[in-house]
Amino acid sequence: MSSEQLEKKEKDPMFSAKVVKLLKNPLNLENPITVQVLGICSALAVTVQMKPALVMALSVTVVTAFSNLIISALRNTIPSRIRIIVQLVVIAALVIIVDQLLKAYVYDVSKKLSVFVGLIITNCILMGRLEAYAMANKPWPSFVDGIGNGVGYGLILVMVAFFREFFGSGKFYGFTVIPKAFYDAGYVNNGLMILPPMALITIGIIIWIQRSKNRGLIDN
Amino acid sequence: MENLFNLFVRSVFIDNMIFAYFLGMCSYLAVSKTVKTSLGLGVAVTFVLIVTAPVNWLLDTYLLKAGALSWVSADFATLDLSYLSFIIFIAVIAAIVQLVEMVVEKFSPSLYNALGIFLPLIAVNCAILGVALFVQEREYTSISEVTVYSFGSGIGWFLAIVSLAAIREKIRYSNIPAPLRGLGIAFILTGLMAIAFMSFMGIKI
Repeated sequence: MSSEQLEKKEKDPMFSAKVVKLLKNPLNLENPITVQVLGICSALAVTVQMKPALVMALSVTVVTAFSNLIISALRNTIPSRIRIIVQLVVIAALVIIVDQLLKAYVYDVSKKLSVFVGLIITNCILMGRLEAYAMANKPWPSFVDGIGNGVGYGLILVMVAFFREFFGSGKFYGFTVIPKAFYDAGYVNNGLMILPPMALITIGIIIWIQRSKNRGLIDN
Repeated sequence: MENLFNLFVRSVFIDNMIFAYFLGMCSYLAVSKTVKTSLGLGVAVTFVLIVTAPVNWLLDTYLLKAGALSWVSADFATLDLSYLSFIIFIAVIAAIVQLVEMVVEKFSPSLYNALGIFLPLIAVNCAILGVALFVQEREYTSISEVTVYSFGSGIGWFLAIVSLAAIREKIRYSNIPAPLRGLGIAFILTGLMAIAFMSFMGIKI
């Protein structure tokens, strides 16, 4: 059913204005982390360095996109009473695939992410998007919505990881970027940035900046 | 016994689910607006944790681990089903949450109404699955250890959500910059509380 609908869709413009909006909105105005408050658990724990953050963002994007696609293709056949279990099973199956792939190809990162790969299952972004979007829309827009939200999530992850790695260990993606002369002159890495609390405060500040730019998002 | 007590203290204060691992943040931020609802959710999460973690540990030890099935027959000694653990754990958790929901609805309708939509959400609370996965990763060896660890984690989560709710109730009267109101300040508060909790680090009994 999904491929059939995809083919039909291809006759319409694949990237109509509506679809582009689905991709663009989660980056800022409907960002899953800073606006929808979804998927914060993993957002904080994997952001000490860039590399795990990027791998995590990629994994979440893949899982969100494909679970959205599958659930949306099945949406008319799932009885609403057991839909949570069905959604969880689809997500868990996808996460198992991702986990096995990570273990096979990037073992060191997979070790570093430890339980957080498994925790993609309970990442609220997945359930949130499935419930809010995929259950009521066609497969192709749902797929794009999944990608958009995954990328929006990844954006925040990478931003936080950038600051934490840069100030915490003077590195960028594992390479030292702060020149040795700085250290000789008395510059010291800020060890606090590596510790968990600073991830929370960094996100707090990102939210602050975002909301002062977009006044519409302010809570009352 | 001493070992167990040590494990309990560690899981409440040092390895706190929220402040050290950020697990269960979604409901932590969403439900911490008033102390009363956060109390209810904290109790529910602790309870679900105490039930699910040992069940998942038993399943892992006697069904999924490499060689775990050797008690059935020697032929299965080489079987490793651990790749199925995610799907089994989440199925157990979802089933038990459903059960808890029915029990709460029957015996305490007021709590049921207060928790509302958040009870089913416990199933996708990262803290529950997180504890199951940490138990698997750290290879605890006895069921008493697992129970104590899950109880401690639950209490830690409970403490965190109730204290944040108490602060948020008071902070409503303060004059916070408008863009920081609500979510932003909740993040920063949690960060500051996490720094405070870090002072427990290194305590050993």
